[in-house]
Amino acid sequence: MTAITTAVRRDAAKAPRRRGGGITPPWFFAVPALVVYALVMLYPSIVGAGSAFTDWSGVGEQRSFVGLENFKQLVHDDQALGAMRNTLLLTIAIVVVQNGIGLLLALGVHTGIKSRMALRVIFFAPVVVSPVMVSFLWKYVYNPAPDAGLNAALNAIGLGALRQDWLGDPSLAIWSVAFTVIWQCAGYSMVIFLAGLEGVPQELQESAMVDGAGLFARFRHITWPLLAPATTINVMLSTVGGLTLFTQIIAMTNGGPGYATDTLSTVLYKQAFVFGKFGYSTAVALVLAIFVAAVSFIQIGYLRSRETTA
Amino acid sequence: MRTGYRPRTLVRELVMIAVAIMFLFPVYALVTLAFKDPEQIANKPLSLPDPPSVGSFGEAWQSASLGSALLNSTLITVSSVVVLIVLGSLAAYFLARTASRLSYSLYILFLVGIILPFQLGMIPLYQLVNDMGLLGTYQGMILFYTGIQLPFTVFLYTGFIRSLPADYTNAALIDGASHLQAFGYVIFPLLRPITGTVLILNAVHIWNDFFTPLLYLGGSGRETVPVRVFAFVNEYTSDYGLVAAGLVLAALPILLVFLVLQRYVIRGFSSGLKG
Repeated sequence: MTAITTAVRRDAAKAPRRRGGGITPPWFFAVPALVVYALVMLYPSIVGAGSAFTDWSGVGEQRSFVGLENFKQLVHDDQALGAMRNTLLLTIAIVVVQNGIGLLLALGVHTGIKSRMALRVIFFAPVVVSPVMVSFLWKYVYNPAPDAGLNAALNAIGLGALRQDWLGDPSLAIWSVAFTVIWQCAGYSMVIFLAGLEGVPQELQESAMVDGAGLFARFRHITWPLLAPATTINVMLSTVGGLTLFTQIIAMTNGGPGYATDTLSTVLYKQAFVFGKFGYSTAVALVLAIFVAAVSFIQIGYLRSRETTA
Repeated sequence: MRTGYRPRTLVRELVMIAVAIMFLFPVYALVTLAFKDPEQIANKPLSLPDPPSVGSFGEAWQSASLGSALLNSTLITVSSVVVLIVLGSLAAYFLARTASRLSYSLYILFLVGIILPFQLGMIPLYQLVNDMGLLGTYQGMILFYTGIQLPFTVFLYTGFIRSLPADYTNAALIDGASHLQAFGYVIFPLLRPITGTVLILNAVHIWNDFFTPLLYLGGSGRETVPVRVFAFVNEYTSDYGLVAAGLVLAALPILLVFLVLQRYVIRGFSSGLKG
């Protein structure tokens, strides 16, 4: 406050004037943020979207306009098409299972049990750890050797017949990766559902119980509708997370075996930094951006319509 | 229902604890692995280490150069978060308190950044950072994180400032303080709850990020923890005990911070997104 009182004397003549109900902050407050944002996101994204229509190799400025050539190549590129399919499968699996498990954990923890605070911390802990480390942890769990990790555990409980080459089997690898993401992020869904559950009035539950509503009926008609905002946030976060999945793939399978676990993000990375096809890579990135934007717009619209009807 | 601790509650408690034990199985496998010598790893993969050996930890710390990686990560995370808080809160204050078409358009422009995947601008930005001579530098990473995380930061701050009454600054400004002084002494302290959320969400994201530091810092000697761990694990793939010890050491700092600040961290993650 002393700084303000000394400023009174110094700046008395320049004191800003009231306008309307309040004083408008000067526009230069927004300038540093805008400059950095424009430099790091807006400008590169515009250049990136533009290069999707060129044959840019990334070496120097040499590039010429090729129209839709990159996109024509994309629909005939088995690796890119497979990556698109994998990205969608992974996203669907992650959205459904991660949020399903997150909801069950939240319902289990949001009760009178004594260990609820400790359980919350345990289930949330993987969220704060780097996906690189979680991926390597699971890479060991998925060790193909019959006497290590998950296979050893299955053997120990008499389920040795279920032992698998979790990451080496092309039809299984993608689900093994999805499960790693689900294990790491279910706690995130859980805390968002928990925040929603705290807003469900206790009296409503109790009066429904008095009226003879069973556990499922109470969930279906009271808890679930009131969890709508939490559900929307969870679905949105896990969708964008699934669509842009990269780190877990690079750390666990590097897209393999073959192209079995490549995603749009790993393909565009490899096209750019392994094969030097920058123009083609940005075309893949543009497809990814359109996916993400479309999903976001649909979900924001849905959220709004739900909020206005509520 | 919180109607006392009944037999049903006990059943629920036991089920949840059983779920937690299954959930922790991978962590058990990794931590015990780190304390075993190669012979135990080969013969008793799932048992407790007997006797426990701690030799792998020192070797992993050295081989992965985790000491300097932690220093790099801390420097980049702290600087980026400080710059984000300053630039983000200032911009949001303008956007939230100005009722003009310009400020509304600017706000929408920032929101676009939340749904824009950074992969679209990844290659042009890489070239730009290269041209500016910032590849392999701390400054390059701080600039990157500030730009990438600003939309979300501005979004959180703007929502919060809109819910504050306008009177405080007016009073300070009538007293003759400059706008910056009024902001720093009057408004910014009022933003503490949302600053906490901004700090936690950005710090966890930046600390754990992998893709960009791999691209920008690889081979520079300024690699962050996830990049060093990635290189280390790929180099010693078959030495399970050593790899496990490295992973445990690398995950420990953020887990300790999380355990100390668990309530704030969980609150930050669950509240920040409601906007």
